[in-house]
Amino acid sequence: MSLVLEKLMVTLPRADRPLFEVSLRVEPGQVASVMGPSGVGKSTLLDAVGGHLAPGFRCAGRVWLEGRDVTHLPAEARRIGLMFQEALLFPHLSVGDNLAFGLSPAVKGRAARRAAVATALERAGLAGMEGRDPATLSGGQRARAALMRTLLADPAALLLDEPFSRLDTGLRAEMRAFTFAHIAERGIPALMVTHDPEDATAAAGPVLRLSATGT
Amino acid sequence: MSDGRGLRGLVLLIVGTGLLAPILAGLAETASAAFGHLPALGFDGWSLTAWHALAAEPGLATSLRLTLVTGLGATALSVVLAMGAVAALAGRVPAARGMRALAPFLAVPHAAMAIGLAFLLAPSGWIARGLAPLMGWALPPDLASVNDPWGLALILGLLVKEVPFLMLVTWSALGQIDAGRQMAAGRALGYAPAAIWAKVLLPQLWPLVRLPVAVALAYALSVVDMAIILGPSNPPVLAVALTRWFFDPDPARILPAAAGALVQAAIVALGLVLLWAAELLAHGLGRRWVRAGGRRAFGPGLAAVLVGGLLTLATLALLALAVWSLAWRWSFPQLLPESWSLKFWLASGRWGAALGMTLWLAMASAALSVALAILWLEAEDRGQRTRARWAEALIYLPLILPQIAFLYGLNVVALRAGLSGHPGAVIWAQAIFVFPYVMIALTAPWRALDPRLSRAAAALGAGPWRRLVRVKLPVLLRPILTAAAIGVAVSVAQYLPTLFLGAGRVTTLTTEAVTLSSSSDRRVVAVYASLQALVPFVAYALAALLPAWVHRNRRDLAGAVPA
Repeated sequence: MSLVLEKLMVTLPRADRPLFEVSLRVEPGQVASVMGPSGVGKSTLLDAVGGHLAPGFRCAGRVWLEGRDVTHLPAEARRIGLMFQEALLFPHLSVGDNLAFGLSPAVKGRAARRAAVATALERAGLAGMEGRDPATLSGGQRARAALMRTLLADPAALLLDEPFSRLDTGLRAEMRAFTFAHIAERGIPALMVTHDPEDATAAAGPVLRLSATGT
Repeated sequence: MSDGRGLRGLVLLIVGTGLLAPILAGLAETASAAFGHLPALGFDGWSLTAWHALAAEPGLATSLRLTLVTGLGATALSVVLAMGAVAALAGRVPAARGMRALAPFLAVPHAAMAIGLAFLLAPSGWIARGLAPLMGWALPPDLASVNDPWGLALILGLLVKEVPFLMLVTWSALGQIDAGRQMAAGRALGYAPAAIWAKVLLPQLWPLVRLPVAVALAYALSVVDMAIILGPSNPPVLAVALTRWFFDPDPARILPAAAGALVQAAIVALGLVLLWAAELLAHGLGRRWVRAGGRRAFGPGLAAVLVGGLLTLATLALLALAVWSLAWRWSFPQLLPESWSLKFWLASGRWGAALGMTLWLAMASAALSVALAILWLEAEDRGQRTRARWAEALIYLPLILPQIAFLYGLNVVALRAGLSGHPGAVIWAQAIFVFPYVMIALTAPWRALDPRLSRAAAALGAGPWRRLVRVKLPVLLRPILTAAAIGVAVSVAQYLPTLFLGAGRVTTLTTEAVTLSSSSDRRVVAVYASLQALVPFVAYALAALLPAWVHRNRRDLAGAVPA
């Protein structure tokens, strides 16, 4: 059930050398941290693992998830969830519909789906907020709703792109604990890009340092 | 003056008297004729004669049905195809390149495109010639492939013009929402790109493209020039029937025409209500579809293929214009002319005057419209205000209201003032339709201008007019000229304003091309239509080259300003 990166390399359009080469194993329930200076390709690494590389980027090596080779699958077929700096809730949908959007189609029937959304909202401390406009939520509420939307899709792994950097210091510790607890409970591997050493310490998983020269 | 109150008053005055008053006066005159009051023809007082006459027109029911089927059908298909094609192409083709590729199809006037399509589709046209060896045709097949009684050729013509327009609008709206990251977020949740388009991006794009879709719908429901060339002829769509009645040798037919003009306005209103109802329905159904969580959808690929086919037809249509204008002898199954000639191009005595008049009307109406747009935008800057909803509605009003609903009445007013048939009256009438497009084209780049440039100039002691003339206008030269070129293209394409206000005495390439389109000599028609298509291209080329030359030593202005 682990996430394995095997000599994963990404080359930018018109570049002749790869940006990095990464080999890494993340066990279920573990959160691995990726650190390094800006522009070193941390987000590009997440894009490569999640299948979000822009056209023109070349990718070599392998990404294994639960023993499946997902390197050449489209993003939507990988079952790898993605959390951004901003919550990125869809602005035209209510909070409840944002979560329903995430909820796996395996949950069938209107009543069952509504109940699943209500339970997730409750666990995020957002009970009864189905009808709210996401724009009216606080930063912490938005972040928790976004995590619930991601987890409802039943991902096999999670990518976190500086997930706590936009939050206030007090909120950051709370959100970190909330996120890591859910990852541990699900027993899925997670890969987190961060600038904050405290994030890596709290994650307590392997730490990967990307350096400016590549490799 | 620094808060722009005086300037704002001036702009309101010009817009009120120059744009709004003629529309309202025209509507009022049309309505009064529709209710039997037409003193010039000896009808005095109020009566329902006009409505009885309209109801007695043979073929009225068919005209109404054809109008609804072609207008609603073409618009619905255009919206679906345009949005599907953008969904398939965005992310693969850079937006700037895609929009540049679409621009030529927008520049070609409707009438020229329609004539080119007729040359392709007609029983003796290019497609039939291509099929002839396979089908064993020695003579043109006996098919109504143009002017067909169902309006299919007209629908195709409308699609060819509206799909590129709606694609351009959708593609540029895409830049205003965070499409890239929302796509990534959706795919990470397991959604196929087509499903993300339908459930996430389109609902956010719709408010940004709703007005242009309404413009396309109003146009399709009331188009005249394209419907004369491609549409059913007997009975035709309502707007064409009304044009015939208005210009009937028997002046009494003006009465049913005026009543019909009000019906035409009501049809457009009905179309807008249907659009709104469709939006509500899609909203409700879409909500349930989102909640059900289905990850798949299909369609963009098919739409892109169909749009590719449409644009190929459009390209062939333009090529057909060029080839036919140079043909001399060209008997039926031959794919290319047997002999070529420049005779019709060299006969400039025939088309020279129409070209000259077209250029004069285009330059005058575009220049007036650009000047007014600059004053309007400058007044907004000085008042530091955003545009009120009523002001935005005012800009779109001439594009939504069917032309035929008020142009007859406007000409009645012009007749009374002794202006009818004068080129000045035609320039005015055209500017009513040129101004909205110029205004829409100039607004975005004007607002994108870095406000610090103006502030820096003010800090150096430059007053508001000096800042406008010495800083803003030079920096915005490229978008201003682009807007002017769009204005020229819109003016060249105008048919009804020239017809009504010109009173038969103002002849342009467009009025000639439409009049001649039913004649048998394709070579003459081809010359007029080619010229009509060429004028906008020359305008766009100048709008691209002139700033490049003026700013040849200014790297930051060499295309950096959004156009």
